[in-house]
Amino acid sequence: MIEQRQSLFSFMAQESDKLLTQTFQHIGLTFISLFFAILIGLPLGILIARRRKLSTPVIGVAGILQTIPSIALLGFMIPVLGIGAKPAIVALLIYALLPIIRNTYTGIIGIDKHIIEAAKAMGMNKWQILFHVEFPLAMPVILAGIRTATVINVGVATLASYIAAGGLGEFIFGGISLNNTNMILAGAIPAALLAIILDLLLSGVQKMDFKKLRYALIILPLSIIVFGFFYLIPNVYGSTLTAGFTPEFMGRQDGDLGLKSAYGLKIHTIVISDAVMYKAAFAKELDVISGYSTDGRLKAFNLKILRDDKGIFPPYYAAPIVRSSSLKKFPGLAEVLNKLAGQITDSIMTDLNYRTDYLHQVPERVAKDFLIKKGLWKVSRNGNEGIVRIGSKIFGEQYILAEMYSMLIKGYTNYGVATKTGLGGTKICFDALVNDQIDFYPEYTGTGLLVLLQPDKKFVQSIAHDKDKTYHYVKTEFKKKYNIDWLKPIGFNNSYALMMRQKQSQELNVNSITALKKYLDKH
Amino acid sequence: MIKVDGVTKSFGQTKAVKGISFEVREQENLVLLGTSGCGKTTTLKMINRLINPDKGTISIDGKNVQDENPELLRRSMGYVMQYIGLFPHYNIYENIAVVPKLLKWSKAKTDQRIDELISKLQLPEHCLQLFPNELSGGQQQRVGLARALVADPPILLMDEPFGALDNVTRASIQAEFKALEELQKKTIVMVTHDVQEAFELADRICLMNKGEIVQIGTPMELLYKPANEFTKKFFDGQRLALEFKVISLKDIWPFLTDEIDHGVKELSIDTSIWMAMEQLRQSDGNPLLVNAPNGSAPKSVNFNQLTSAFNHYQNGMTND
Repeated sequence: MIEQRQSLFSFMAQESDKLLTQTFQHIGLTFISLFFAILIGLPLGILIARRRKLSTPVIGVAGILQTIPSIALLGFMIPVLGIGAKPAIVALLIYALLPIIRNTYTGIIGIDKHIIEAAKAMGMNKWQILFHVEFPLAMPVILAGIRTATVINVGVATLASYIAAGGLGEFIFGGISLNNTNMILAGAIPAALLAIILDLLLSGVQKMDFKKLRYALIILPLSIIVFGFFYLIPNVYGSTLTAGFTPEFMGRQDGDLGLKSAYGLKIHTIVISDAVMYKAAFAKELDVISGYSTDGRLKAFNLKILRDDKGIFPPYYAAPIVRSSSLKKFPGLAEVLNKLAGQITDSIMTDLNYRTDYLHQVPERVAKDFLIKKGLWKVSRNGNEGIVRIGSKIFGEQYILAEMYSMLIKGYTNYGVATKTGLGGTKICFDALVNDQIDFYPEYTGTGLLVLLQPDKKFVQSIAHDKDKTYHYVKTEFKKKYNIDWLKPIGFNNSYALMMRQKQSQELNVNSITALKKYLDKH
Repeated sequence: MIKVDGVTKSFGQTKAVKGISFEVREQENLVLLGTSGCGKTTTLKMINRLINPDKGTISIDGKNVQDENPELLRRSMGYVMQYIGLFPHYNIYENIAVVPKLLKWSKAKTDQRIDELISKLQLPEHCLQLFPNELSGGQQQRVGLARALVADPPILLMDEPFGALDNVTRASIQAEFKALEELQKKTIVMVTHDVQEAFELADRICLMNKGEIVQIGTPMELLYKPANEFTKKFFDGQRLALEFKVISLKDIWPFLTDEIDHGVKELSIDTSIWMAMEQLRQSDGNPLLVNAPNGSAPKSVNFNQLTSAFNHYQNGMTND
């Protein structure tokens, strides 16, 4: 435990620059969106307090907006607002709206009606009543709403890293993808502290009596604006092209770190989720992205892979990894799973991915079509001799593979199948396997080597370029360390790759990573 | 001064006020009296347009209030209410200074007027910096009165002004209110359901029932010349106490004996029978000396003489 903590601190010290940047961005995002949410929510709350009939629809709509899953909301924003700060701020502001509108409304309608009557009888007009009476009297309730909104925003702002808006989510999601607990904590602890500190500060303001509240009401909006500007502080990059890399790619030796050390690539980089990266490249929001070589969107968005002329991306051959205990429990399972071995080449996988990602065919249909074409498909036997649990990570290719395995098991054995698809990332998927929550899932040799086993750098360099050496190494080590078996590779190599738009690559005459580096050095 | 002419007001299906007309004279204290729901508060609130009438006109010095800007109209009338309605987020100074601020008075003028008022209303000086919740109920009501009086409006509207106070505090504030010089020159319309209070404070009483005026007159007239059965019944429960309050020594002067005993304490001839009895009770049976009107010889009075004179007077009134 102490060792863990020390290494966390040393990680934070080592990454203090990034941590500071992300914290500033996080605070900035929270407060900019809060500012706009107040700007919109407060007048709306006042409006519905004046016209009560509007209160049900307005609060209803704000409530519905609140229930949209955050990642989905961020996704909806991209076609309209692109990536980066704008959509993140809009999404955050939508989440902050409900508590602010609702509390402004309840705060105002909750005021003793005799006080309003007195104000009226004294000859105040409706604006004077609003600003001098209703507003200050509703303020404790309104502040409670702002407090709720702030805490919600600190939480949701972690997701801003999905669409390249920065914030502490970069560490959190990077850490999850990289199986790096220190990195997760380096993001999660400051985010939690931020939420707690802001909550305490605002609860202090909320409990003030009217005397002190006057000063607080001047300081509060000012500090919201000042904190909002925090977002702008870290923006000190500058290069002609913009790269969008996933959080996972950012922290990997066969990723951004390798690009820097092997190629010396210096490019303005933003961190972005895999889900929106391709679309952003297509929409010219990004110029260079870190994709997967078999990704269907490569075809859909007409992207070109830059040749890895220094070989920093090791091979990622896919193969099912199975608990040894499960192989014993389900005799014959290995043979069925191996029916897929060697069947899917890179181009076939890209095509299958294209069908799901771009043509929006369901993975089930894509899987069935493929198996029928290969003559592997059989009608389900509706077996009931135990249930095999299949896992998959949260991207299209893994869904397709999970479906294929599911059909094969149902068709060739008497076992039933439970699929647990969409497990967040390598770490979550692998932990589920180790902890006997699933029996197997498709994994990649490169990931097994670099993310899960993490041997020292020199050793990695000595074997990473040889696909067979890598496969045999992970196979023996997994058996020894985790009692998990690697079955035969499926055939395709889904490695990391840098890509650009086909057209831009031609215009700039950039076909390899070295050429990209040269172009950047010149411009 | 205030003229209410054929005013009607309905809330949904309920007719709150049904075509009433009356006048309030300059510097008079008119009390709107009646049970809950009789329309008295609605009537009061139509004067400063907190409620607008459906039909009929209300005019002040000949000007229809509907033609005036409601905010300016309200600033020219003081308004005191049962629930006081002080602003909890303003300190006492700021609460009293609301109207001066709306009228854009200078700070010096406001300060001077507020100092004057708090001393008249017997509020402690340091209370100006306090907030309403730090004051007693009686003090809060005084502040409410100060707030209504601060701009020296010629008209004062009062809606159950002492309704929220306990009996002891109410009695003392009523007494102060009656004695307050500032109020003598005002035209006051006051709403109450408390008969004793109405008789204590009113120059004239407007008795209302179910949105209509039953009778308007001095307390004396309502007691001794009830227009109908309703008026008569309305006061029956406390008739004797009310009579003691409205009849003064001046009224029963002819029925007092001429002989002079050793009156220790002197009483004004305007003292009500009620007050005279109080004084007698405190003087341990000793008679009191009543000063005569227009310089004739004073008369002394003890408890028996007082009640006997009162009875004579009563007989005279009812035989009329």
